[in-house]
Amino acid sequence: MIQFNKVTKIFSPNSAALENISFKINETEFVSIVGKSGAGKTTLFKLLLVEETPTKGKVFFENQDVHKINRSQLYKLRRKIGMVFQDYKLLPSNTVYENIAYVMKVIGASDEDIHRSVSKVLEIVGLEEKVHNFPRELSIGQRQRVAIARALVHRPKVILADEPTGNLDPYHTSEIIQLLLKIHDLGTTVILATHNKEIINSLEKRTITLENGKVIRDDKKGRFIL
Amino acid sequence: MFISIKRIFQIAIMILKRQGLATFAMIFVIAITCLQVSSMFLLGKISQSLILDLEEKVDISVYLKMGTSEEDIFSIKEKLSQAPQVKKIEYVSSEEAREIFIERHKDDLLLMESLVQVGNPFLASLNIKAFMPDHYEEIANLLENSSFRDLVEKVDYYQRKPVIERIFAITSGINKALLFLSLVLGSLTILITFNTIRLATYSLREEIEIERLVGASDWFIRGPFLLQGGISGLLAFLISLSILSLACFFLTPQLKALFPDLSLFSCFGENFFSILLIQFLTGTGLGVFSSFIATRKYLKI
Ligand SMILES: Nc1ncnc2c1ncn2[C@@H]1O[C@H](COP(=O)(O)OP(=O)(O)OP(=O)(O)O)[C@@H](O)[C@H]1O
Ligand SMILES: [Mg+2]
Repeated sequence: MIQFNKVTKIFSPNSAALENISFKINETEFVSIVGKSGAGKTTLFKLLLVEETPTKGKVFFENQDVHKINRSQLYKLRRKIGMVFQDYKLLPSNTVYENIAYVMKVIGASDEDIHRSVSKVLEIVGLEEKVHNFPRELSIGQRQRVAIARALVHRPKVILADEPTGNLDPYHTSEIIQLLLKIHDLGTTVILATHNKEIINSLEKRTITLENGKVIRDDKKGRFIL
Repeated sequence: MFISIKRIFQIAIMILKRQGLATFAMIFVIAITCLQVSSMFLLGKISQSLILDLEEKVDISVYLKMGTSEEDIFSIKEKLSQAPQVKKIEYVSSEEAREIFIERHKDDLLLMESLVQVGNPFLASLNIKAFMPDHYEEIANLLENSSFRDLVEKVDYYQRKPVIERIFAITSGINKALLFLSLVLGSLTILITFNTIRLATYSLREEIEIERLVGASDWFIRGPFLLQGGISGLLAFLISLSILSLACFFLTPQLKALFPDLSLFSCFGENFFSILLIQFLTGTGLGVFSSFIATRKYLKI
């Protein structure tokens, strides 16, 4: 479903953020991407979402080279992917409700559908009381949960979760991981980028390990080894 | 389809609410531009009518020698009217010239009395109007070299030459100044408008990029902004139309004192629909177009 083919991304001439990356992720897989800070996890996601273009190589989604898609048609790809951004990327002038509702409005959902789905995801991430607050009025962990809710609400085929538990306490961390597992059980492909050792060790799922922009391990039942 | 139009309206209203100050600034600069463009147009119309008035007053008279027969005069008139420069020729007989004089000076008893004694000292004349200001010189030359020059007593072009030339220098000066002024002011206001709108939308850069990344299409993002631009332009149009109407209404008496023949308000009335159209197109056009340009920059991701 997703394939990176000899992908290299160079931001500054003297160091590559990603170097000759190749891997394949099948539909309904659960894959973790681990690596130290700066290893290139976020860059990987940005390439898949066409926020950045690769210096070399190709990125495929459903057998389509995503960097060949016309800019004005990119929204079709992005609607299939629910991304939890590491920096959340919430719309600052929209309330929690509107932030989550936006991705449903974009696909032309009706008001009732939106209301039902948004209420449900808000309940799942435990933010029912903050519906009408603005992002700046939330704690960092709460913002992170809004970002997760937004990535799930329109039931995308793929979830890219970039460090979704980075600012959560252990209780909420395990809640979110359980949630991702549950969504995965329902047939969604999940790619999780993290440097949380406990999560990786307890998941026992496929793990791709990055170091300095290169894939150094790709284990079926990964352990956190760095 | 219907639902996305509904969404676009909803979001546009939200933008108008949340971006109150920026929208206000946008309306303000667009209104100024509308006012500037339409008042330039009005000023052009006014100066055109003033220039026409002035030009209407310019003519030259060819005075014919005492005792020239009407037959000769008509043949001269005939010949002159064939010249391509001549727009209109009017024959004033010595009798008519006398009546005009009496009409003008009938209260001056002394003058009237002496007129009775002298009889009719007035020469018959042909009043000539030309199409273009510089034609007068050519007509005067034509007369100078014609077969009937012996019948001509005098051509008053030579006396009036400096006045005529000054009038035309002034009118062409006015035209040039107006053109220059509207070019300078026009580019200035458009520059300011674009800048204001760019600043107003700058804060939206981040939001637009996020919206793109979570799957919004270009038109879903852009639609509300175009609508906001259109609504702002429409409001600006209404504001500038009211300001211009009021200004014309209150300035009319003042201008009447300066130019008795000029009624600003009736000139405004005559050109009302052109002004309406100009302001409407400037307002909504500028609003929509600048929103289009401003959002285009941020839709790159
Ligand atoms: N826009 C950019 N311009 C220049 N360099 C960049 C840019 N984005 C990322 N990089 C560089 O690319 C490398 C990989 O960055 P990336 O954000 O992918 O790391 P990461 O694995 O997500 O790290 P973290 O765990 O801290 O989020 C880093 O060295 C970073 O400095
Ligand atoms: Mg990162």
